[in-house]
Amino acid sequence: MPTVAMMVNGKKVSADVEPRTLLVHYLRENLGLTGTHVGCDTSQCGACVVDIDGASVKSCTQLAVQCEGAHVTTIEGLAQGETLHPMQEAFRENHALQCGFCTPGMVMSAIDLVKRNKSPSEREIREWLEGNLCRCTGYHNIVKAIAAAAQTMRG
Amino acid sequence: MYAFNYHRAKSVDEAVKLQKSASEGSFLAGGHTLIPTMKQRLAKPSDVIDISGLKELQGISVAGGTVTIGAATRHGDVANSPEVKKAIPALADLAGHIGDPQVRNRGTIGGSLANNDPAADYPAAVLGLGATVHTNKRAIEADKYFKGLFETALEQGEVITKVTFPVAEKAAYMKFPNPASRYALVGVFVAKTKGGVRVAVTGAGPGVFRSADMEKALGASFEADAVASIKVSSKNLNSDIHASADYRAHLVTVMAKRAVAKANS
Amino acid sequence: MAASGIGVSVRRVEDFRFLTGRGNYTDDINRPNQLHAHILRSPHAHAKIKKIDASKALKGPGVAAVFTGADIEKDQIGGLPCGWLVTDRNGQPMVEPPHPVLVADRTRHVGDQVAVVIAETRAQARDAAELVKIDYDEQVATVGLADATKKGAPLVWDQAPGNICYDWALGDSAVVDAAFKTAAKVAKVDIVNNRLIPNAMEPRAAIGDYDLAKGNYNLYTTSQNPHVIRLLMSAYVLKVSEHKVRVYSPDVGGGFGSKIYHYAEEAIVCWASRKLGRPVKWTADRSESFMSDAHGRDHLTKAEIALDAGGKFLAMRVVTVANMGAYLSTFAPCIPTYLYALLLAGTYTTPAIFCEVKAIFTHTVPVDAYRGAGRPEATYVVERLVDEAARVTGLDVAEIRRRNFIPRDAFPYQTPVVVQYDSGDYQSTLEIALKTADYSGFAARRAESAKRGKLRGLGLSTYIEACGIAPSAVVGSVGARAGLYESGLVRVHPTGSVTILTGSHSHGQGHETTFAQLAAERLGVDFDKIEVVHGDTDKIPFGMGTYGSRSLAVGGSALVKAMDKIIAKGKKIAAHLLEAAEADIEFKDGTFSIAGTDKKKTLAEISGAAYVPHNYPINELEPGLEEQAFYDPTNFTFPGGCHVAEIEIDRDTGVVQLVSFVAVDDVGRVINPMIVEGQVHGGVAQGMGQALLEGCVYDQKTGQLVTGSYMDYTMPRASDLPTLKVSTHNTLCTHNPLGVKGVGEVGAIGSPAAIMNAVHNAVAPFGVTHVEMPATPERVWRALQSAPKAAE
Repeated sequence: MPTVAMMVNGKKVSADVEPRTLLVHYLRENLGLTGTHVGCDTSQCGACVVDIDGASVKSCTQLAVQCEGAHVTTIEGLAQGETLHPMQEAFRENHALQCGFCTPGMVMSAIDLVKRNKSPSEREIREWLEGNLCRCTGYHNIVKAIAAAAQTMRG
Repeated sequence: MYAFNYHRAKSVDEAVKLQKSASEGSFLAGGHTLIPTMKQRLAKPSDVIDISGLKELQGISVAGGTVTIGAATRHGDVANSPEVKKAIPALADLAGHIGDPQVRNRGTIGGSLANNDPAADYPAAVLGLGATVHTNKRAIEADKYFKGLFETALEQGEVITKVTFPVAEKAAYMKFPNPASRYALVGVFVAKTKGGVRVAVTGAGPGVFRSADMEKALGASFEADAVASIKVSSKNLNSDIHASADYRAHLVTVMAKRAVAKANS
Repeated sequence: MAASGIGVSVRRVEDFRFLTGRGNYTDDINRPNQLHAHILRSPHAHAKIKKIDASKALKGPGVAAVFTGADIEKDQIGGLPCGWLVTDRNGQPMVEPPHPVLVADRTRHVGDQVAVVIAETRAQARDAAELVKIDYDEQVATVGLADATKKGAPLVWDQAPGNICYDWALGDSAVVDAAFKTAAKVAKVDIVNNRLIPNAMEPRAAIGDYDLAKGNYNLYTTSQNPHVIRLLMSAYVLKVSEHKVRVYSPDVGGGFGSKIYHYAEEAIVCWASRKLGRPVKWTADRSESFMSDAHGRDHLTKAEIALDAGGKFLAMRVVTVANMGAYLSTFAPCIPTYLYALLLAGTYTTPAIFCEVKAIFTHTVPVDAYRGAGRPEATYVVERLVDEAARVTGLDVAEIRRRNFIPRDAFPYQTPVVVQYDSGDYQSTLEIALKTADYSGFAARRAESAKRGKLRGLGLSTYIEACGIAPSAVVGSVGARAGLYESGLVRVHPTGSVTILTGSHSHGQGHETTFAQLAAERLGVDFDKIEVVHGDTDKIPFGMGTYGSRSLAVGGSALVKAMDKIIAKGKKIAAHLLEAAEADIEFKDGTFSIAGTDKKKTLAEISGAAYVPHNYPINELEPGLEEQAFYDPTNFTFPGGCHVAEIEIDRDTGVVQLVSFVAVDDVGRVINPMIVEGQVHGGVAQGMGQALLEGCVYDQKTGQLVTGSYMDYTMPRASDLPTLKVSTHNTLCTHNPLGVKGVGEVGAIGSPAAIMNAVHNAVAPFGVTHVEMPATPERVWRALQSAPKAAE
């Protein structure tokens, strides 16, 4: 089995993995980072979105071995102790989550949007969420939360 | 996924050698076609050869009326490239509507073209702009590259290295997405090029194709109205739960009209 | 306690863990030394199993076992029971076929579970599954509902001729026939209520962990009602004593009905764990969810309504064919009967209603409750009929509703379809919604859309819902095999903090917040000192779970009863401590006091005395401060409201875009407005999905599930929805202690009809009178193509 080493949430990790191990399974099963979820098998739902080297990526469509030397941030890596990241805080404040299953991917995706577009319009937010499915919220409060977080993050 | 051996190639040459020595070797660029297919156990490569990191396959440049895009360049990089936006805005626009943001952050132009999914977007731009697909062995004109459903002119041991797009006078892409998958149910790329007008249709048939009737009409008058009454035959078009062949044929006209209007705006 | 009591949008307690990736969903749980199961599912809609050869698979790396239906039979594992017996119009019981957890001789839908492969890793189990050789003899399948009852249609069950599970009717057909004879006008609809696939974002999962030392089964599962699963699995399937089974439903990622039912995999992992002496885990792939989660809706209905010359409804006749799928899922038989026909009066005074329902077996996945369950189907029938009635009478769609509403002062109102509504104010919700939606400005908006080449339509739905299905004795008399009460336990700790245990289950609804608000308000305890526990049969006395928008109305009421017992006991203790008569003790804002004096004791002081009973009325009272209550409602609750949808159709492509949506709902007392609005948002999105996007498609010949993944099943996305305008206009429920009605399903119940009425409104100028759900681009385009006339 090949060895793969990467930085996950700022910590260096290394493991022997089967090449067919998806990044999401490596995170969940090897590292115990179960915040990243699997909601589909066709790379569409976005529950598994993580940040790899500054870009949001579906970790279900990425082999762990592809991430050699990469910097990976998962939902667990956002908050500072009990202090939430502004995007997490905006989700909480705006009731942008219900069952919570899509939430980690949604938050990771939203952060990537705001990084690229500091003041996204409602339309731009809705279009950005193309690859993130939520069955609970009707997206209404998610859109609201992302707009609010963008404002906070602009300062 | 079935088990396989993984290799990270250090050069295109090495990648080709690795493929040659494998019983069934697949190249992995962005992985956004290969990995989903493997997850469904529809592909069973013995060896996966990762070429995503190869420097020689990266990069975007514009010079002498040609946009050159390295094969491992990601959709998002094409969509956001100021050079591409300036030279061929339609190409950047098309790349910016492939899949979703996360797919665009990983998927590559080379991977898309090598796979030649009949509902993929890039083939429409390549055929519509009359681009050239460069491999480690040769240069293939768009008109000779696409061979129908998931079939291309690529041979064993051949790796796409870059694609060169001639800058068009005017061009635009209009896509009617499949409501579920968001692939193109019908996508029409129109371009007014030095060599004449080109109209490429993706999603509608078993592979990307040109519409001679539309090209002729637009050659005479590059206006939306010129294609408004031109219907492509539904005979060889796809039919599925999302759209019958007749409806697809209708959408080709509508999307062509809109693409011309967009190109002119 | 106003800061976090009733009526305050308290931010959710649940959110911190979900937002930081520290939720605990079933698939996040791993048991030491666990094995992984892969279920082999039938690739055919209908096939005989001739032979299964697992010898090669058993030699695969890491493989621990392969079990088949034969093993299930050998161990006398029972089938999945159905929880509701419908009696047909002739007094005969429905046909109730067996539902084995692994089929032995015949498969009856694509996805039917045939064998289970258990291995050290998930990948090894899947690898080995390909080595199991199953020899199928494929049979012709009955797929479509329309053909299922035709002569010669292949039978799903030999004991169900014509594939009929039951032929049921409600109402007096003679009275209805007579009313139709006197009608000035009759409006008719012939409609499909499209089959939906629930698609909670978390796929189902289950871990069976048999504890050999104690002889106990532990099941971790994605369930909306762990106690019901424990009851059904122990009594009917594993046939073990209930006290030896613990069912734990941790965080559950959405249910929408699909996680109510007892599924085969739950029993399989428990049974296999005991056989193998190791925990066994199964997690569905999404593609498995598509073919093994119970689906929803799937009705064909012909309905008509008789009107007098003034546009008053005289009578309604409804004939429905409802799909059960291949087996009867846990609650399936009651959905198209008692949760459907009982709602056909809607918000109107229609005096006579007759409804007949044929439930049909087909070679498809079982169909059961999905968000709304029966009520969206009823609402769609009624509200489409009302719009059609407006069309044939020439009345405005709002006006015809006004003429037929049950007036505000007519409650309690006895409908002709069994149920008695306790409260409502339908006209007000309509008027508020029309104002919010700027109904009078619609013509101008339509003209503006037309300038852009778009057809604009506006649609209304003034719907009724029935929640908190009850009382137990009544539902029992019509076939329910369970009670429909709820339990609650309130534990006041010695220092005055509170733990609440509820038999309801939260899988997105925010009970940990809402129920804590109830306790903060009633007991005057700081919100932060209250913890809500749910989902564990070892901790919670009993529960019937969460579905049918019942949690607050039934589960919340149980908690109120338990809290009232706490207060009553507290008063006794306070009377003792304060040396006063019990009758003089008042309880307010967490303090017991002697009325009219400043002598008082806090709840914490009282609980301290109860747990340290040094100065305590020990001869009259037991120590401790913990009370339990069961609450069995005396009636359903009846939320209602008005939804107004506006859509635009792209004439060239047929694409329908929802551009505006107003919901004014009556959900009774609101505990947390933020959560209530969120529930409506989500319900509306699912209703929009049903109206415009979602539809389960089976190949009508082969029974293959065409919409078997997100590549083909269209889920609502953010860009499909506008900003929703959601508000409430509430009347209180008169028969539960909180006055609450329920909000989980209203969004999905009212919205499909509103949106489809808007679509019909948009195409009406072309003479198009019928567009089927989902109103996909091609359907709308075709309707316009074949339109009888060009719009002026």
